[in-house]
Amino acid sequence: MCLGIPGRIVEITDAHRMTAMADVSGVKREVNVACVAEGDPAALVGRWALIHVGFAMALIDEAEAAATLEALRHLGEAQETLEQIAEGARALS
Amino acid sequence: MRYVEEFRDPAAAKALIGRIGEVAEAIGATRESPVRIMEICGGHTHAIFRYGLDRLVHEGIEFIHGPGCPVCVLPMARVDEAVEIAERPGVIFTSFGDAMRVPGTKKSLLQAKAEGADIRTVYSPLDALELARRQPDREVVFFGLGFETTTPSTALTIQQAAREEIGNFAVFCNHITVPPPIKVLLDDPHMLLDGFIGPGHVSMVIGTHPYDFIPRDYGKPIVVAGFEPLDLLQSVLMVLEQIQAGRAEVENQYGRVVPEHGNPVSLAAIADVYEPRPSFAWRGLGEIDASGLAIRPAYAAWDAVAKFGIGYGARRAREVAEPEGTRCAEVMTGRIKPTGCPMFGTDCTPETPLGALMVSSEGACAAYWQYGGRRGPEAAE
Repeated sequence: MCLGIPGRIVEITDAHRMTAMADVSGVKREVNVACVAEGDPAALVGRWALIHVGFAMALIDEAEAAATLEALRHLGEAQETLEQIAEGARALS
Repeated sequence: MRYVEEFRDPAAAKALIGRIGEVAEAIGATRESPVRIMEICGGHTHAIFRYGLDRLVHEGIEFIHGPGCPVCVLPMARVDEAVEIAERPGVIFTSFGDAMRVPGTKKSLLQAKAEGADIRTVYSPLDALELARRQPDREVVFFGLGFETTTPSTALTIQQAAREEIGNFAVFCNHITVPPPIKVLLDDPHMLLDGFIGPGHVSMVIGTHPYDFIPRDYGKPIVVAGFEPLDLLQSVLMVLEQIQAGRAEVENQYGRVVPEHGNPVSLAAIADVYEPRPSFAWRGLGEIDASGLAIRPAYAAWDAVAKFGIGYGARRAREVAEPEGTRCAEVMTGRIKPTGCPMFGTDCTPETPLGALMVSSEGACAAYWQYGGRRGPEAAE
């Protein structure tokens, strides 16, 4: 819950609601970008962010994203988060 | 050194471990009289065990596992209340997965789900809000749990629900804050701590100044740390170097993610939606002043406590005893190691947890169970 996971912002889905599609280890997940947007959220496309429970909380560079992901994989947290994202999608049906 | 080779930079890790050893020797830290460093965050506890850092560093360094595992400090009464809400007709109760197996006095959310309640694990409070949009005839409740890392997510979700006037969504708010329990531990004459490793992602939200009281009022160093093994080793070294130099300061090892003043959007959302409660009950620590958050009256329409009349604010917390024979509270406050509890690994295992410390991967007991601890009789080397 507290470790978060790096994801890359690939597209702004709703500028009004501050939502964007993020690529999290190959999984697409809609996230809220209000906490990292400075002005036009479109400027975030292509950036890496640390994502906590569906909210982009800090912008990080690509090397930091890779290192964090590696650490999370060792902890088993990356897989767990991806399972939680899948479970979140199932909960909506 | 069996773990070092899998670090991203083994040479840097070995250099840090060597330097930690030198400073530990210089300040006279020994196995019998160790420097006691509390890692506040459960994510750090998990990482320390996963990488065997407690075994890699000089034996005069003792890690004391702090209260920073949100589900571990959740009293059984809160779980009972969550179950009570979830079992109401028409309710869809949603929660992070971590909370599903935490035992209440009668049952966990997972057991309530098995008995027929509509309880769903979600990844984000945004999933719960989306569920409310899709099922307008149902009442969707989200179990708002966690420290400052997750508090902005529920605050922003409540603001969104208010903007869209989604009336069938509510948060059962049990959010808590990190600094007050640190003060309680520092005021405890039985807790002899020499320094702290500060939480990385909580600090990403609140910045580093909320910890200023630790060096100022108690003369102890704190270093806010990242989650990679090198981050943690470097932070241990920074704490030791402060002790060696007779300094006590707030230092930020995780500056690449943690801004000094935190995240302004998150802090504004938290301040808008939540207000501090006079006090809040923590499992193992008891009532702590100003340590919990409640939803402000302006957002009462999205407050499950106001909607259902169930919860800490509505019904005064009754003290619920810990499961018989367990010593969760002593483990929680660092007085004993998990292996000092008679239920550890016998009646209490990750498959059948009696206490919450065994439920979450961030809990000290689960970490000991999975990886073994150096100072307990279970030490695996």
